[in-house]
Amino acid sequence: MVSYFRQLGQFLIELISVVGRAGAVWWQAIWRKPELKNAGLVVRQIYQLGVLSVVIIVLSGFSIGAVLALQGYNQLVKYGSESALGLGVALVLVMEIGPVVSALLYAGRAGSAVTAEIGLMRATEQLSSMEMLGVDPLQRIVSPRLWAGFIVMPILALMFSIVGIWGASLIGVNWLGVHEGAFWSSMQEGVDFYSHVMKGIIKSVVFGIIVIWIAVFQGYDAQPTSEGIAAATTRTVVYSSVAVLVLDFFLTLVMFNF
Amino acid sequence: MEDHVCIQNLTYNRGARRIFDGITLRIPRGKIVAIMGPSGTGKTTLLRLIGGQLRPDTGTIRVNGKSIPDLSRADLFAVRREMGMLFQSGALFTDISVFDNVAFPLRVHTDLSEELIRDLVLIKLQAVGLRGAAGLFPAELSGGMVRRVALARTVALDPSLIMYDEPFAGLDPIAMGVIVQLIKTVNRVYGTTSIIVSHDITETASIADYIYVISDGRLIGSGTPQEMLSHESPRVKQFVKGLPDGPVPFHYPAIDFADELLQDRGSS
Ligand SMILES: Nc1ncnc2c1ncn2[C@@H]1O[C@H](COP(=O)(O)OP(=O)(O)OP(=O)(O)O)[C@@H](O)[C@H]1O
Ligand SMILES: [Mg+2]
Repeated sequence: MVSYFRQLGQFLIELISVVGRAGAVWWQAIWRKPELKNAGLVVRQIYQLGVLSVVIIVLSGFSIGAVLALQGYNQLVKYGSESALGLGVALVLVMEIGPVVSALLYAGRAGSAVTAEIGLMRATEQLSSMEMLGVDPLQRIVSPRLWAGFIVMPILALMFSIVGIWGASLIGVNWLGVHEGAFWSSMQEGVDFYSHVMKGIIKSVVFGIIVIWIAVFQGYDAQPTSEGIAAATTRTVVYSSVAVLVLDFFLTLVMFNF
Repeated sequence: MEDHVCIQNLTYNRGARRIFDGITLRIPRGKIVAIMGPSGTGKTTLLRLIGGQLRPDTGTIRVNGKSIPDLSRADLFAVRREMGMLFQSGALFTDISVFDNVAFPLRVHTDLSEELIRDLVLIKLQAVGLRGAAGLFPAELSGGMVRRVALARTVALDPSLIMYDEPFAGLDPIAMGVIVQLIKTVNRVYGTTSIIVSHDITETASIADYIYVISDGRLIGSGTPQEMLSHESPRVKQFVKGLPDGPVPFHYPAIDFADELLQDRGSS
């Protein structure tokens, strides 16, 4: 019993200290906005985190859009309302699947890479030697990744949704024969920019901040060994996936007035 | 004139292990000072304390009169621009070329034109004999080459204080001679204060103005190279002559060897 409490206490202390350290890294890095002279660093990270994620986002978005069209059509056609297919697919993608699935993919593709990269820099003393050259790694390494990661996520999520809608239209309209005008006009009438699209974007902004923050911190705080980096990379993917799913629930609860 | 680096009553612990137990030493401006001691006594740790990467438990560390542990993060980074540190592992940036590694501090801290930076980088690389390797990446270099490039990067900004952590390790005799000469030249031409951590008694004695020997968390001797070579303290004598038996322990603190062997027997 006593040892149970001791373990709980140790766990809580460890938790508080991790959250504290993560908060400190984030806080210190975010205010070290990359100077204009270093805009190139952010652009380079936008390429690393964003552009290199485009292929996986497009492929996944297309597949999910296509599947949604197939399954949605099957159900809707029973009630003769297959013309609502465009609306259904668009709403589901823009509000839920787009932000959530692209954030999960982003954590696996970009988050893990950031963690491994920064962790390895720590293990090989590159961060230390940078410090001794008078350059703050929080500014030079961490900050550009935070900013780029945060900028890139909503764009990827939107791209995911748009490609998904395109995939759905290919399947629904061109293959299953849903009336093209009805497909698009139901979407135009039913999807509202402020009450749907904007909320999806807000979600993806939050997910972007969370995923890149976890990734950067896990790398920065990693034990400087091979196992340490492996464990940190795993933690990035697991923690950010869970965080995205849990946050999605709460954001939906709050934003959609339940 | 005030000493460049001034350390007083420094204590530092790593967990339960006491690394430094009241060390006081002074590094005069413009001199080459060597810090020697058996492996694992904390020489690298001492350099990290001076560089502000670690904080002492008690005692003061002053560089140029500034108390390093009390500086804000921003001030600390400003002070470090005046320092150079050659890491034991070299610690080059692996994602950029040799040329860009040496150019890195110049590009970040100065507004020099690319042509001027190019000239400066080539001069530094020429000095360590690796101008031809400018286009290579760190992964394509040998261990000794990595350390020479790191040396070129360390001196790129002509810092007023340079700390060399094992500059001679892993160098062939020719490269060793070149590096010894380079450290001397940098010291003489720029008046750079140099701290050298090394095990190489002969090489170190040949360039150092003053030597400190640390063992077991304490300063066990100090003096000019001549004084050290004829030092009467048995601990210093043992270290300088390289004798395995004596008061300076070769082993990391441990229980008696025979006891540990028997212990394993007993438990299995
Ligand atoms: N990150 C760390 N965590 C715990 N202990 C450490 C750590 N780094 C070093 N130590 C301990 O601190 C002591 C001093 O280490 P340090 O690297 O300063 O030795 P050194 O004098 O530079 O040795 P060498 O000549 O082999 O480089 C060692 O006994 C080591 O066990
Ligand atoms: Mg060392």
